Amino acid sequence: MSTIELGMPGRGLAGVPLLAEDAPAQTKKEFTSDQEVRWCPGCGDYAILATMQGFLPELGLKRENIVFVSGIGCSSRFPYYLDTYGMHSIHGRAPAIATGLATSRRDLSVFVVTGDGDALSIGGNHLIHALRRNVNLTILLFNNEIYGLTKGQYSPTSQVGSITKSTPMGSVDNPFNPVSLALGAEATFVARSMDSDRKHLTEVLRAATAHRGTSLVEIYQNCPIFNDGVFAVLKDREQAATRILHLVDGEEISAGDTVVVRGEAGSLTVVDRADADPARIVRHDVHAEDPSQAFAISRLIDPTLAHVPMGIFRDVDRPTYDDLVRDQVDASVEGLGGAASDADLDELLTGKDSWTVSA
Amino acid sequence: MVIQGMTATIQQLDRVVIRFAGDSGDGMQLTGDRFTTDAAILGNDLSTLPNFPAEIRAPQGTLPGVSSFQLHFADHDVLTPGDEPDVLVAMNPAALKANLADLPRGATIIVDTDEFTKRNLAKVGYAVSPLDDGTLESYAVHPVALTSITVEALAGTELSRKDKERAKNMFALGLLSWLYTRPTQSTERFLALKFGGKPDLLHANLLALRAGVNYGETTEEFAVRYEVGPAPMKPGRYRNITGNIALSYGLVTASHKTGLPLVLGSYPITPASDILHTLSGLKRFGVTTIQAEDEIAGVGAALGAAFGGALGVTTTSGPGLALKAETIGLAVSLELPLIVCDIQRGGPSTGLPTKTEQADLLQAMFGRNGESPVAVVAPQSPGDCFDIALEAVRIATTYRTPVIVLSDGYLANGSEPWAIPSIADLPGQRVAYTTEPNAVDDKGDPVFHPYLRDPETLARPWAVPGTAGLEHRVGGIEKADVTGNISYDPDNHDLMVRLRQAKIDGIADTIPPLEVDDPSADAKVLVLGWGSTYGPIAAAVRDLRLQGHHVARAHLRHLNPFPPNTGEVLQAYDRVILPEMNLGQLALLLRARYLVDIQSHTAVRGLPFPSSALADVILKAVNA
Repeated sequence: MSTIELGMPGRGLAGVPLLAEDAPAQTKKEFTSDQEVRWCPGCGDYAILATMQGFLPELGLKRENIVFVSGIGCSSRFPYYLDTYGMHSIHGRAPAIATGLATSRRDLSVFVVTGDGDALSIGGNHLIHALRRNVNLTILLFNNEIYGLTKGQYSPTSQVGSITKSTPMGSVDNPFNPVSLALGAEATFVARSMDSDRKHLTEVLRAATAHRGTSLVEIYQNCPIFNDGVFAVLKDREQAATRILHLVDGEEISAGDTVVVRGEAGSLTVVDRADADPARIVRHDVHAEDPSQAFAISRLIDPTLAHVPMGIFRDVDRPTYDDLVRDQVDASVEGLGGAASDADLDELLTGKDSWTVSA
Repeated sequence: MVIQGMTATIQQLDRVVIRFAGDSGDGMQLTGDRFTTDAAILGNDLSTLPNFPAEIRAPQGTLPGVSSFQLHFADHDVLTPGDEPDVLVAMNPAALKANLADLPRGATIIVDTDEFTKRNLAKVGYAVSPLDDGTLESYAVHPVALTSITVEALAGTELSRKDKERAKNMFALGLLSWLYTRPTQSTERFLALKFGGKPDLLHANLLALRAGVNYGETTEEFAVRYEVGPAPMKPGRYRNITGNIALSYGLVTASHKTGLPLVLGSYPITPASDILHTLSGLKRFGVTTIQAEDEIAGVGAALGAAFGGALGVTTTSGPGLALKAETIGLAVSLELPLIVCDIQRGGPSTGLPTKTEQADLLQAMFGRNGESPVAVVAPQSPGDCFDIALEAVRIATTYRTPVIVLSDGYLANGSEPWAIPSIADLPGQRVAYTTEPNAVDDKGDPVFHPYLRDPETLARPWAVPGTAGLEHRVGGIEKADVTGNISYDPDNHDLMVRLRQAKIDGIADTIPPLEVDDPSADAKVLVLGWGSTYGPIAAAVRDLRLQGHHVARAHLRHLNPFPPNTGEVLQAYDRVILPEMNLGQLALLLRARYLVDIQSHTAVRGLPFPSSALADVILKAVNA
């Protein structure tokens, strides 16, 4: 895949202590815990883990200030394999737990690792609220369009008609498009990448961590046991060239001989470049305040994966929930002369309507 | 209790119970609050019972819309809001009808005659006005045209008729203040604060208040005024406090004492929301409040903050506790400090949101999957909510465990005079995180084992992110003893289940023994209680002792684990009576644990026990 423009420099890690300048560079090994990795052979999670372990040293953060919080599912075992702080929590609730942690600790870089069932089914509510609040979190959503840990039921991203353990006649549920959902929740950073494309995933992670606010990264991930090959057409070099629409800020959105144009009614379509009216060719604007073009791009995908936008859909600045909450507390504490003393608390307890009983 | 009399002078009373009742929008809670504050400042001991519907504004003038506030004030130690009101202020026919059955014969009734219209009477099923048909013959009824006199008094103001009418609660307060010889200065100060930016409304409310006082002075409707002297109290500084405020202040104080920043994750729910409101205004004390998207996220945020080293707190009521169950189970497995405040209300399901009940005890004890023990404590009075918060934080931080605080609607909204403690004198010490490795590996290098326990408390180390060298992972999946690594080993699971239980059981070593109040040391009957039944039980027992009966009394503030001497105490009496506002939940636990044939006495009416009814039950046992 092609390179992704990083855009404006990010403040995502402001407040998180860096390694000393003269400290030796961190290595992938330092981020690898002593626990045996227990995913199925061939699972896409291995590649994502290796990418993450390879990427983290580049941040130059103190390892002890990085926290991975996960929910439940195959992907949620991720924190055990990284030698950082970590919590493997309960199904769907990682964004809520991470919100409490990130809000109370400005000095931490907090990642959430989740899957399509964890984030979009049981935890859908927490996900959309984290996105709307714009808590400074990086959420990695491993999407394999199936429930793996419970052995093969359809998930909220499975295509209609999917034959699974719980849908012997085919699923009738309309799936979520995670990117559309995130944009609908007014997420400030939304991207899509792929387990097997280490370079692209690393670049997306770099931009996601640089972003201050909630970054949602959907990662297509292959489940070799229950949904093998679901993204195979995107991994085949030849087919990928015609199917993957690369999102590069300021550039036309194209794949092979096709290009994205704006239609009469404002919606986007993919057409042969030869037939495209040059005036209608769409250039990607990753920093656009208005999310409607990003949303329209997210709708270009179809169940046959004929056109799949990949890269960063949106990256805009908005004050983060955790910064604003801390600002209010800090202003209150500093405005009244610093940390409260015993006397300040005595005054609180006494209140405005008290009386004395004499001996 | 004689309230009415024929002398024109001031008559001394030792206690009075007043109930203000009106429409939800009539301002009865505010009127009650103000009268309470004035009584407290005069040095009366007191206890209050607000009672209001769940609907914010039920249809006007109907029975479901009646809101009331009962206040018991006295020149002696007050234990309950009083069984029967001596005085009822009824702002409309609905308020009269809804409350009449609670009044003893001879009680004083003050009614707003302006509201006794045909239409309003019909709304509550009165064909004829009870003021005219002899229904109220055995009461001392004072018909006062409250609304029209108030409107008249405000004739000179620019306010609309509706706004003028709204000041009638201040007229009622002024009249009652005159009747019980109370000063109105503190209410005037309060109004000045409340309406500081709205001079029109301030002026109108002050006029109405004074009109009420003057009405008492100038009419001959009331021949007698009453006075209730101050109650003897230990010297010190006092204030009036509700349970929810006391609990909020207790949590902030615990945060201050331990040095742990307080992080509240909460979702609004009656009757717990006032804690969220109060704490959100205390940012000056480093308090962070997160109003979460739901109950689960509220406790999740608190637990996430606890992982980061904060004092994580969540506040809720029964339905919310049900939703939080899985996260509390996670906290049991992670062995992190967490405070869960359940302000109980009537259940099941939505139940009675604004009424009180004690029926979440078994939910607190067992309402999670697997063997999932947590500490459970319960305050016994509004002021005790402060102390119980300190105790809950002590247990949570010492033992790295969730602690459930079981308050209830009665304690939460009820108030009493509270001896203000001095922060410096309170217990509580700074909590230190683990900062160093606690073991060595095969090669002799230092390592950190997150589940290597303190041999005394069985608590695991609390090492927070940001601490170099102690990076570790925790999770809800079963973990190996000591190392905390994932383990499915059968023996390890058996060991971990028992260790988690032993840790909670061990808390008993640090809690005070169950104290028995048995002054004659001759009692054969013990009355045991927990939570908010303290007041009614103590009042009932006091009355029986005054009649010459021997009754012992004890009250549990720790429900899991129980104080170590609980079994001995129960076995030392011929009979044990246990009143509860549920169907016998604590009785079930104690019977199972101590094999004592406890006599359960239960009522689930959404209201505290009347102490007289309890006295009857106890007396039967004494005479049996």
